[in-house]
Amino acid sequence: MKKKQSLLASDGFVSLLSSIICILIGLVVGFVVLLLLGGEKAYSDGFKQILLGGFYMMPSGIGKEIVTAAPLIMCGLSVAFAFKTGLFNIGAAGQYTLGAFGGLIFAILLHAPWYVCLLMATVFGAVWGALPGIFKAFLNVNEVITSIMFNWIGLYGCNTIMYGRGSGAMYNAKQSKTFPVTGDSLIPSKIFGWDMAETFSYKSCTIAIFLAIIVAVILYIVLNKTTFGYELKACGNNRNAAKYAGINERRNVILSMVIAGALAGFGAGLYYLSGAAQWIPGDSTALPSEGFDGISVALLASSNPIGAIFSALFISHITTGGGFMNASMFPPEIADIISGIIIYLCAFSLLFRSMFRNLLSGSRKDKVRKKQTPQVTDTPANGPAAADGKESE
Amino acid sequence: MLLMLKYALMSATVLMLVALGGCFSEHSGVINLALEGIMVIGGLMGILILNLLPPDMLPVWKVVLSIAAAAVSGIVYSALLAFSAINLKADQTIGGTALNLLSTAIAMVVAKRFNGSQSAKLSYDNTPFMFQIGGLTVNVFLFISIALLIASIIVLYKTRFGLRLQACGEHPQAADSVGINVYKMRWSGVLISGFLAGIGGFAYIVPAVQVWNFEVGVAGMGFLSLAVMIFGQWKPGRIALAAIFFAIFKSLANIYDSISWLNALHLTKELYNMMPFAASMIILAFTSKRSRAPKAEGIPYDKGQR
Repeated sequence: MKKKQSLLASDGFVSLLSSIICILIGLVVGFVVLLLLGGEKAYSDGFKQILLGGFYMMPSGIGKEIVTAAPLIMCGLSVAFAFKTGLFNIGAAGQYTLGAFGGLIFAILLHAPWYVCLLMATVFGAVWGALPGIFKAFLNVNEVITSIMFNWIGLYGCNTIMYGRGSGAMYNAKQSKTFPVTGDSLIPSKIFGWDMAETFSYKSCTIAIFLAIIVAVILYIVLNKTTFGYELKACGNNRNAAKYAGINERRNVILSMVIAGALAGFGAGLYYLSGAAQWIPGDSTALPSEGFDGISVALLASSNPIGAIFSALFISHITTGGGFMNASMFPPEIADIISGIIIYLCAFSLLFRSMFRNLLSGSRKDKVRKKQTPQVTDTPANGPAAADGKESE
Repeated sequence: MLLMLKYALMSATVLMLVALGGCFSEHSGVINLALEGIMVIGGLMGILILNLLPPDMLPVWKVVLSIAAAAVSGIVYSALLAFSAINLKADQTIGGTALNLLSTAIAMVVAKRFNGSQSAKLSYDNTPFMFQIGGLTVNVFLFISIALLIASIIVLYKTRFGLRLQACGEHPQAADSVGINVYKMRWSGVLISGFLAGIGGFAYIVPAVQVWNFEVGVAGMGFLSLAVMIFGQWKPGRIALAAIFFAIFKSLANIYDSISWLNALHLTKELYNMMPFAASMIILAFTSKRSRAPKAEGIPYDKGQR
């Protein structure tokens, strides 16, 4: 009834708090794993690195963290956007693969300028996102199962073409990777005269991170301030009600998936066109992990696009830190265990949330209720306003 | 042809076991997307136990103990899904996805630690699991899976437990009103799926090769099993047939270069690997309209909403 809440009991704060609890529990579990593996060296050789993340190795560590964060923000946005529209986009990994494929074709084979390559990465990702959307809208197949299947189809398909029996045009047989992206196809590292690659002494540190942040802000505005975003969200909340209100829900389901796919594809473009890595087509059974980390990012941010920036930075922080651990004793996958635990906890974070809401707003609510009881006869819609009026009499 | 039969039987047993697991879980009303992860954990624990057992032990015991380890670890891991999905009423797809991601990470950490090196490859001896019948090599899991298939059909359709389990997936409120404990039924459904998927994961890894790299997990077999389950319309008999159908597709990737007319098509191994996934997409597109999925699957049961 009363919309105005204290800052402490607001939705944003409560979800932030529950995310922090998830992170803390995840870190504690990670520390326990380290203790089991390394005993007294658990902190000095393992946990310290995870906590410090990129700051453990200044400044290149920070560069690496930023480079890893850009695709994570995008994959997180992809999953978060789909969540907002009532879909679970587990296919971000496949859309990411297609995005990398599209971007690399234009960069390696055609030497197109970077923005063209980035656009093509986006388009390829969008197409791969559209397919589960079409299956969902017209054939009523659950998008989760379709996108999982399309993940594998996309991965095997792209690898087949890139590898090309060892003689693919993009495939460098000597290194068993794709050729590196060069020249104009690389995303620039200079912004307003500031060379990021130089500051962080990390070659592939480019303006990609800023592009990702801009997209996050745009997505926030689209979702919260436009009719289009409202329609998409309405479909997510209640498909039938949206249909009844005259919203074309089929079109919206497909559009949501197209946009989600485009976001993931864009992320792949940001990563591979920065020259951060080369694609390894021989790795034919491993889907890119960014797509799945995107799920953690989205859940930690409670699907808020701005929140996704910060949660992506966090996930990138611990994975970068994981890489700095003493690898002979602590496998870097411990960071993956932490993020896995975090998603598991996020699955029931609703429970945390309602707990906090009760804790934080419990005492306040009682006071409000006492004040309002005399005016029960007022219509609920203008309750508080009418109450104020009567009090002044 | 015998070679093809060998590979087809190998995949069919795995797909059937895991799909049956999914079938039990979904009939109780819980979507088990974690099948893939349970397979990884089952395979990992089975192989660890196989390696830790004294080498002079009787082969029969090795087989029995390692399979038991796979089954038990599958049950334990699936309990994590049951706890979040049933007791905490969490989103089942997200919980399942989390467990899938977690399983690969756990497997890599454990395997690397076990090796004492930075490779997640574990090697093992699979001879106790293999038998020769005529010219055909079959593994012990073929017999286990046939036994479990028959057991599943009987349990699901001929026992009070099975019928009650199905009631919880169709209409939990009605089941509750006649005194069935929905939470208990759903727990048992998920744990049974953990049991079957744990064995399935072990059955996927052990007979095929003597070294397994846990970096790849189980390469999407768990998800393929979900497709098998949907194609089999949540019925054990049909699931067995669907598993055989998918297994034939899957075996093409192993044998295409030894069959002349397939080799003449000049397709790569990746394309053959892709085929079962593409086939499942096409089949899902055609069968989705008359899907017989349990009606209440994926919806957490809340007693208060009865």
